[in-house]
Amino acid sequence: MNKTLAILGWGTVALLGTVAVSAVALHRGEPINALWLVVAATCCYALGYRFYSKFIAVKILMLDGLRATPAERLENGRDFLVTNKWVVFGHHFAAIAGPGPLVGPVLAAQFGYLPGTMWVLAGAVFAGCVQDFVILLFSVRRDGKSLTEMAKDEIGRVGGFVAYVAVITILIILLGVAALIVVNALKASPWGTFTIAMTMPIALLMGVYLRRIRPGKVLEVSALGFVLVLAAIWGGQYVSQNAMLARVFTFSAPTLAILIIVYGFAASALPVWLLLAPRDYLSTFVKLGTIVLLGVGMVALHPTLHMPALTRFVDGTGPVFSGKIFPFAFITIACGAISGFHALISSGTTPKLIARETQTRMVGYGAMMAESAVAVMAIIAACVLQPGVYFAINSPAGIVGQAPATAAATISSWGFPVTAADMQALAHAVGEQTLYNRTGGAPAFAVGMAHIFSHSLGGETLMALWYHFAIMFEALFILTILDAGTRVARFMVQDALGHVYKPLGRTSWYPSILATSGLIVAAWGYFLWQGVKDPLGGINSLWPLFGISNQLLATVALCVATTIIIKMHRAKYAAVTLVPLAWLVAVTFTASWHKMFDPNPRVGFLAQAQALAAGPVPMSSATARLIFNNRLDAAVTGTLVVMVTLVLVESGRQWMGVLSGAKEARVKESPFVRTRLVEEQG
Amino acid sequence: MNRVRKTICDFAATAVATLREIFDEAAYTRFLGRAGMASSSEAYAAFRREFEEAKVRRPKCC
Repeated sequence: MNKTLAILGWGTVALLGTVAVSAVALHRGEPINALWLVVAATCCYALGYRFYSKFIAVKILMLDGLRATPAERLENGRDFLVTNKWVVFGHHFAAIAGPGPLVGPVLAAQFGYLPGTMWVLAGAVFAGCVQDFVILLFSVRRDGKSLTEMAKDEIGRVGGFVAYVAVITILIILLGVAALIVVNALKASPWGTFTIAMTMPIALLMGVYLRRIRPGKVLEVSALGFVLVLAAIWGGQYVSQNAMLARVFTFSAPTLAILIIVYGFAASALPVWLLLAPRDYLSTFVKLGTIVLLGVGMVALHPTLHMPALTRFVDGTGPVFSGKIFPFAFITIACGAISGFHALISSGTTPKLIARETQTRMVGYGAMMAESAVAVMAIIAACVLQPGVYFAINSPAGIVGQAPATAAATISSWGFPVTAADMQALAHAVGEQTLYNRTGGAPAFAVGMAHIFSHSLGGETLMALWYHFAIMFEALFILTILDAGTRVARFMVQDALGHVYKPLGRTSWYPSILATSGLIVAAWGYFLWQGVKDPLGGINSLWPLFGISNQLLATVALCVATTIIIKMHRAKYAAVTLVPLAWLVAVTFTASWHKMFDPNPRVGFLAQAQALAAGPVPMSSATARLIFNNRLDAAVTGTLVVMVTLVLVESGRQWMGVLSGAKEARVKESPFVRTRLVEEQG
Repeated sequence: MNRVRKTICDFAATAVATLREIFDEAAYTRFLGRAGMASSSEAYAAFRREFEEAKVRRPKCC
């Protein structure tokens, strides 16, 4: 009876999912309701988790609930700790859900809602969730080793070295592009800048409260901090309306870039935990709350999507970023579908907390599904906007023109009508001076979110508050990533330099701290400055570069996973990681080729450098710098591709050796130890 | 009815435990137990010192 019910239940889910996916894929000509996307996503995730992840767990990984995990064997109350599976799930999700799943889908919406939605659903179920799940399990079976260590053990020294370089490169590009998103969201916005500036004294107050008044009561003080941040958002409107205060908090993009670079250095080099730790907690609090609020809001309000399924920009002429739907849609959306960065977290803190091997399925596969759902929300937030409004916000001045009337006319000529008066009214409604040329995805997401909520909670009068809440939410956790990322990269560089000169490896030696912090901040600050000065808005160059490097790291992770699966004598199932690996190789290598050698100057770095070099003589210093930047971007892309090719070749040699019998198939797992934990639900 | 109440209580307890873990309150409680200290300004400062390095090394995703 139970089996019959299960078949009926899952059959219904499959049928509902098929209808919803078909509606999303085949509907043309008139707006569709966002609920179709929600239903399609829910059914795909449910089926993927119930059947595909179970197949991987049983047939390939052979999860063993009786095998003691490192959390049990090496428990020390600090890094290694047996933890409730839901707690680990929350921890893992809080670590993997950054701004990526919000920004990437918003940018990719220039192709229409269909490509992004399909990639997010298929990519997550068949690639991203699989990668996070298998890497987590393999790390658990190796005492919580990192991806870099596993690559070195299973593929060879080349694998370890490439993974290390890829991680540093991704961090630097990510930090540069994340800072650019904040700059573009806050430039000429006294309200937004005031709110973000106020988070600093609020964090200091939280620090004093935590240290002096109620030591360790982080949840309590985070709730208090949240109320104060809401007050700062409310107060921002009065700052923007006061001529003198508005002038104080109005900054140009270059000034904001310099302020953020100085902030990044101070956060990494100075002992400012009193400020940073409370802000980190506040950021997590706001992030989890907003994601839950957004999810509930979208289901309850089920808005209509105005963006068509496919736009004319699938041909590669898009204003947000240049390049055709293949491969650029697939590198623009990384975190919602598959992100190499997740492999670092799956082989970082999480494997040291898992109580039972069987829980890796829920934590690894399940948390990535939740992140993918966040990406679906971002697609909805971008696509509820009128397409003309979406393009006016996300198109750089270099494409549509600086003057409002010119920009509106250009966008309308593409078939997406918008007027300068519409944009002015919208800017006024959200409390901004202008919404043109706000590239980077964050402002478009904020307008979409404000649009959705203002239709129910508070109406049009609260639209400005919702907009600035969303901007604060994105800027707050991007700044958290900036300081945390800079410190992570600093430690990695210090670890490496310690092999050359021992004192440089000491994380408490101040000359080393200053030198390595300066090095990391200068590296991402360079990319930020490049983005600020780029006439095409910066995102056009930097986001694809970030996407390529992130997906190349996923390629390394999938190489490690495939190698281990083959060594486990499960080669007949290796397609589970080999197919996503092949897809990522096709996507990233094609995208890299285009970004380096495409003859279109809006796509290819070298073509753009050449076009600039062919300009008027004598060349200005700004032009010379743009030419250098384009060549540098091409060189970074080329270096990453060469290194990942080496990992692929090394992995291929391992696979051929093992499959032909020339090499012993021996995995480097920790020995089996039977668990002493009492039976509990896995 | 009792079962429903128990389920709700279990859910709430897990949610609070998750938040306490994410926000390091549970780690602080464990630290106090391990160090045999009562919660105080000094104990929290010692906890922060011990956890700072491990915490800042944790990667956060994009």
